[in-house]
Amino acid sequence: MGKKSLAAPYIVWMAGFIVIPLLFVFYYGLTDKSGAFTLENLAAIASPEKVSALLRSLKLSVLSTAICLLLAYPLAMILKGLHVKKGSFVVFLFILPMWMNFLLRTMAWQTLLDRNGVINNVLAFFHLPGINIINTQAAIVFGMVYNFLPFMVLPIYNVLIKIGDDTVEAARDLGADGVQTFFRVIFPLSMPGIVSGITMVFVPALTTFVISDLLGGGMVLLIGNVIEQEFTFTANWNLGSGLSLVLMVFILISMVLFAKYDKDGEGAAV
Amino acid sequence: MIKFIKRFYLVIMFVFLYAPIAALMVLSFNSSKYMSRWDGFSLKWYEAMFSSELIMSALKTTLIIALLSAVISTIIGTAACIGISRMKRKPRAIVMGLNNIPMVNAEIVTGISLMLCFIAFGISLGFGTILISHITFCIPYVILSVMPKIKQTEQSTYEAALDLGASPVQAFFKVVFPDIRPGVLSGFLMAFTMSLDDFIITHFTKGAGVNTLSTLIYSEVRKGIKPSLYALSTIMFLAVLILLVIANLPKGKNRELVKEN
Repeated sequence: MGKKSLAAPYIVWMAGFIVIPLLFVFYYGLTDKSGAFTLENLAAIASPEKVSALLRSLKLSVLSTAICLLLAYPLAMILKGLHVKKGSFVVFLFILPMWMNFLLRTMAWQTLLDRNGVINNVLAFFHLPGINIINTQAAIVFGMVYNFLPFMVLPIYNVLIKIGDDTVEAARDLGADGVQTFFRVIFPLSMPGIVSGITMVFVPALTTFVISDLLGGGMVLLIGNVIEQEFTFTANWNLGSGLSLVLMVFILISMVLFAKYDKDGEGAAV
Repeated sequence: MIKFIKRFYLVIMFVFLYAPIAALMVLSFNSSKYMSRWDGFSLKWYEAMFSSELIMSALKTTLIIALLSAVISTIIGTAACIGISRMKRKPRAIVMGLNNIPMVNAEIVTGISLMLCFIAFGISLGFGTILISHITFCIPYVILSVMPKIKQTEQSTYEAALDLGASPVQAFFKVVFPDIRPGVLSGFLMAFTMSLDDFIITHFTKGAGVNTLSTLIYSEVRKGIKPSLYALSTIMFLAVLILLVIANLPKGKNRELVKEN
């Protein structure tokens, strides 16, 4: 299989459909309607409405990434502990929900979280206080955690199952207790999984416009919504591209982190 | 006790992941068209689904695009993996870096960039542009699952096959392919699933007149989604579940038998 040329079709494809399209975003973002160079589209982020949308997006996405990590890490540890022979079965359980359309799944939370919905009925049964988060920022964070949790669990799980039992036993033999073994051995070894999980949750959470649309009841505007509206309603492509460029600064930071921990280019994602 | 907590946590998490699916399944049998009210059992949404031309054509588009983009991205991606694995370090790092872009970049930016590019080159938005876009974001997933398998294969087995008189094509399909098949298969499935579930990129590259299920659902969010769409997604979900269970069960049993012997 000594044929480097087998990669040629993909290289052409990447040039045509990854690199050139991105150059267009740069072109539109850095020009005005007449095609002259301008930085105005980038500076537009400073308007109060857009700054608040960006800050809101940052707040909600950091929050949901943190919650995802807190939920996913113990989950990945437990899944590792099950010693499932086929790791692919675990992956399968997390990918299976994607076969039901994600817009519908997200909408379904509206019903479940409703004031008189299933969840509040269950809570009332146990005499717990009800939750009323529909159409709030909390509902959006909830939707983000729900949608992106698998992207945090899978990379961490994939890294954890590669840590051999002998590594853990060695730490124990050398006198480390359970807590030390975790913080000095397991946790550092799982860093690549954590980093790729954080990237894979943070970026879609930061840039989503769908979840805020569906669960925020149109009341909560995120930076994704602002950009989407520039393309679909106001048709100001230059401004929309400019804002996308600003957004990409944050994505680039994640990419740098991703590249740093993913030197083989193998990725821990799948 | 710790075991109980672990089990409990596991159950809670899977309830969290699957609750909306269960809710949609139940609602697909609800004779009321409102999500928040239960008016008794009914199959009318299933009838309505099959007689709705809008839903059936969106379903057809969705499935054709998912199948085509999975097949094409699996072929291009697998070939690319073989080529990339033969590259020197630097070009390989560049190609893999570019390959990461659609996965790491925001979907909204990928969608917008493709839309701007298609329009700039005068390609009218429609079925073709959705397909191209889906292939673009599917290939990285194929590469991610095939690449590790390629790295595990021995170059020498391929060369041995050639020495024994196989043509390069024969050597690939008889010697190399069986080794990487699990990776290729999971890449294919991943691509199919990603394409099927995509909304954001399709939203920007679809143009007027063409709808996938995702975009059809999104256009109905404001008016209230028809429960016939719940019916459709219930059928699709169950179909996949049954197919995958059938595909997995006998093979697992055979393997165990082989081991026992």
